[in-house]
Amino acid sequence: MGLKKTDSLQGSLDLLVLKILSRRPKLHGYAIMTAIKESSGEVLSAEEGSLYPALHRMEEAGWIRAEWVVKESGKRARLYQLSAAGKKQLAAEETRWQVVSSAINRVLREA
Amino acid sequence: MSLWTRVQDVLRGDRLNRELDEEFESHIDEAVAQGRDADEARRAFGSALRQREASRAVRVAGWLDGLRADVIFGWRQLKRNRVTSAAAVLSLALAMGACVSAFRLIDALLLRPLPVMHPERLYGLARHGFDSRNAPNSWDGWAYPDFALMRAAAKGDAELIATSYTDRLDLTYATDEEMEKGYVQYVSGWMFDSLGLKPSLGRLFTEADDRSPGAHPHAVLSYDYWVRRFGRDQKVIGRTLRLGDQIFEIVGVGPESFTGTEPGTVTEIFLPTMMHRWVTRPDADWHRALAIVRPGVAIEPLRAKLQAVSSNFDAERLKGAKGLSRHAYDSFVNYRLSFDAAASGISVMQEDYRRALTWIGVLVGLVLLIACANVANLMTAQSAARAREMALRVSIGAGRARLVQMVMVESALLALGAAALGSVLAWQAAPLVVRLIGTPDNPARLILPADWRVLGFGVALVVGVMLLFGLLPALRASAVKPADALKGGALASGNDPLARRRMMHGMIAAQVAFCFLVVFVAGLFVATFNRLSHKPLGFDASGLLLLESLAPQGKSPAAWAQMGETLRAVPGVAGVAESGWPLMSTGAWNGSIALNGGPPSVDWGYFLTVSPGWFETMKMRMIAGREFRASDAFPGAAVVNETFVRMFLAGAHPNGNFDPVGMTFEKPEGDGTRTRFQVVGVVADAPYRYVREATLPVAFMPYRGVDAKGVEQAQYGGTFLVRATGGDLLALGAELRRKMAQTGAGFRVSNVQTQQGLLDAQTVRERMLAMLGVFFAGVALLLAGLGLYGVLNYSVLQRRREIGIRVAVGARGASIARLVAGSVFTMVTVGVLAGVGLGLGSARYIEALFYQVKASDAGMLMLPSAVILAVVVAATVPAVMRALRVDPAEILRAE
Repeated sequence: MGLKKTDSLQGSLDLLVLKILSRRPKLHGYAIMTAIKESSGEVLSAEEGSLYPALHRMEEAGWIRAEWVVKESGKRARLYQLSAAGKKQLAAEETRWQVVSSAINRVLREA
Repeated sequence: MSLWTRVQDVLRGDRLNRELDEEFESHIDEAVAQGRDADEARRAFGSALRQREASRAVRVAGWLDGLRADVIFGWRQLKRNRVTSAAAVLSLALAMGACVSAFRLIDALLLRPLPVMHPERLYGLARHGFDSRNAPNSWDGWAYPDFALMRAAAKGDAELIATSYTDRLDLTYATDEEMEKGYVQYVSGWMFDSLGLKPSLGRLFTEADDRSPGAHPHAVLSYDYWVRRFGRDQKVIGRTLRLGDQIFEIVGVGPESFTGTEPGTVTEIFLPTMMHRWVTRPDADWHRALAIVRPGVAIEPLRAKLQAVSSNFDAERLKGAKGLSRHAYDSFVNYRLSFDAAASGISVMQEDYRRALTWIGVLVGLVLLIACANVANLMTAQSAARAREMALRVSIGAGRARLVQMVMVESALLALGAAALGSVLAWQAAPLVVRLIGTPDNPARLILPADWRVLGFGVALVVGVMLLFGLLPALRASAVKPADALKGGALASGNDPLARRRMMHGMIAAQVAFCFLVVFVAGLFVATFNRLSHKPLGFDASGLLLLESLAPQGKSPAAWAQMGETLRAVPGVAGVAESGWPLMSTGAWNGSIALNGGPPSVDWGYFLTVSPGWFETMKMRMIAGREFRASDAFPGAAVVNETFVRMFLAGAHPNGNFDPVGMTFEKPEGDGTRTRFQVVGVVADAPYRYVREATLPVAFMPYRGVDAKGVEQAQYGGTFLVRATGGDLLALGAELRRKMAQTGAGFRVSNVQTQQGLLDAQTVRERMLAMLGVFFAGVALLLAGLGLYGVLNYSVLQRRREIGIRVAVGARGASIARLVAGSVFTMVTVGVLAGVGLGLGSARYIEALFYQVKASDAGMLMLPSAVILAVVVAATVPAVMRALRVDPAEILRAE
């Protein structure tokens, strides 16, 4: 099914989601989206249309776990948290990001 | 998530959709709670449907989901065309059920290995030579002394086992009044051990139970018999049973799976070979010989060694024999011994039914092919109607594999439905055929397990059938060119309908050819049965009751005649006579004949002892001379049949004009003496042994035997022939049996049969073949007719516009009819011609099953052609009528 394949855009969305979840466990989709927006100083915004497929894909890969909770309003919400595999994946993604971004910076500096 | 949870997600698709929607809804709620506008939030979120599909694709295995959708879609398609689907499922079910039934029978009788250790090492020993007329002849019976020599010679290379032909014998666990029948087989004591069989109760025989003649009165019951007859009574060990004048003690019960070495017969009681009355006779072949060959031993040297031992034995045995023609001597000594693989046992039923069942299998296979061609045509017709749908699917990006999968899933649904229905049929049909094979006096019992072999065959059949009828239409449907199909409706889709029609017509031709073959073979079977059952017998079998009787202490012929008189007094009895055994009971007594001290004849004469009044009771016509009188005795007088006169007596009178009555002939005996007989009468020909064989030369001799001094000889066994005035024959038989026991004269009835029953028993196979043949011919005709009707109907529907236009421009009814039916009749003709070729080609492989029937008879070929033509016409008329009723105005208005 090619679930492990990550292109750069998806890769960075995955990284952001994993990072947010590592800081604050048990967030629902909307909270993850706002957290990305806020912590990036309103610069980055996860597109709503791609967030949920990404979340479900990461759940499929076993990086995050999901559970249903009942909110005060009586409606259910789906909360996500990091799994052990997700922590490893986060470390890997962070390293990769560091390598890629420093490489890009070097290219930009030389120009 | 594991594959399993994904598979689960496939199965609970609705729930998954709900969960996804719920999560998206909670996202919007959250956004609203944060103070955003609901509509704006929804817009920002995008299409929920697309989101759902994207997430869904992640959450479930894609192809599985597609499969599930195909199953649902296929089911809807099948439901929409309810009548065609039902027709397809029914015809397939019939054909598949018949196939599985045939497989169960063939497997149980011919293929399944015996449940013993290493069945693959089992061989049967048989001899192949020539009979008195130089025709090839095989026999697998052995005399025990010969067997014992061969066993000693094979020691180290193979273990030899003697197993008698299983016989249905009279026996009792109590008094004579309570006689019952049991299947008895004499076996070597070491058989159970050599085959690795273990007792369920008590013990089995060992070599120690089979050492000296008459010294081991022990019996082992088969498990099946123990359950049915004794209800698993543990106390059966130690009980005794009486068989003739021998008493046996039951020592054990065999293993559950083992029912003897003869498929078709379930042995009930095993006895040691040493207890058989012929165990010391060198000239009585009464048992088979099985060899368990050690691994690594080459067969050929072993075979040659045993051949030498056995030929030597026979040469030694016949050294002093006189009264044998040179030819007969040669046929006894010069034969070839063979080792035949016997992993699935050896039985007469296997030999009798191997060819018959194989042909039933072929007929069933043909019916299955017809059904497959039918369903393929139905599916093709349907897929024509779906060309646009397919085109649409292709144009929105469906791959060819995906389309094939979709159509194949539909085929699989049909095949599975048919398999479910067919297995119910197979469950019932196979035991029914086994009952057909059996006769009242010799019921066939075939163990028909439903195990992995049958299951495996069933699964293979479903897959095969699915590919057969599904693949071609699927490939054709998926090859659609969207541009053509979408451009201009069904008619404009290029040359496709023509190709489709070509395929359907090809299927029709194939169907007709197969159908012809089935009807042709069935016709030959029916003709065979007809000829056999209407063969002039030379006696009147109806109302003839046969009481096979024993006089354990021996009774004089006068006492037998006296008992006959006692029976005659019973109401309902018109006449009674005695004979050694009944005609057509397959027993035979034969020997050479000599005239005027000449050499013994090459051909055998056949003999039977009968009492005065026997011919009259049989209603056999006397041609010359007279019946026996009370004063006639054996040896002395003889009544011969017409064939006997022609074969043995006419030779002395080359001019052909002579009176056989008064002539004498001699019967050379083994000790060199000759017994003289004078012909007192000539009787019309009648079958002596088998209804199928050419009439044998028979000399009837007086039942009253006297020795050299003229003293009457005691008789120990014989058959009372009873002519009844009507009514229930078997009820009369039971009454006569009671009567005989009550008189206390020392006689008892061992077996009650009717002459008609003996006759029917010899045509069981032919009757079964005729019945099944007619049944399958009917099914094949029905299926082919339905298929043809479907195809014609489809082509009329498809060409409505064309027909309408033709009618509008003035075409007449005849030309419209020709348009619709013309090409079909060409196809039918092609099919019939192919069928004739197939039929004539295959007939020589079936010939052995025919009786006085020739496959190349014009009548045998005309009949199926006529029947098929009638079916074709019946199937064509509705479509032609439909085409004629096409109203051009209506068609043109619709355009």
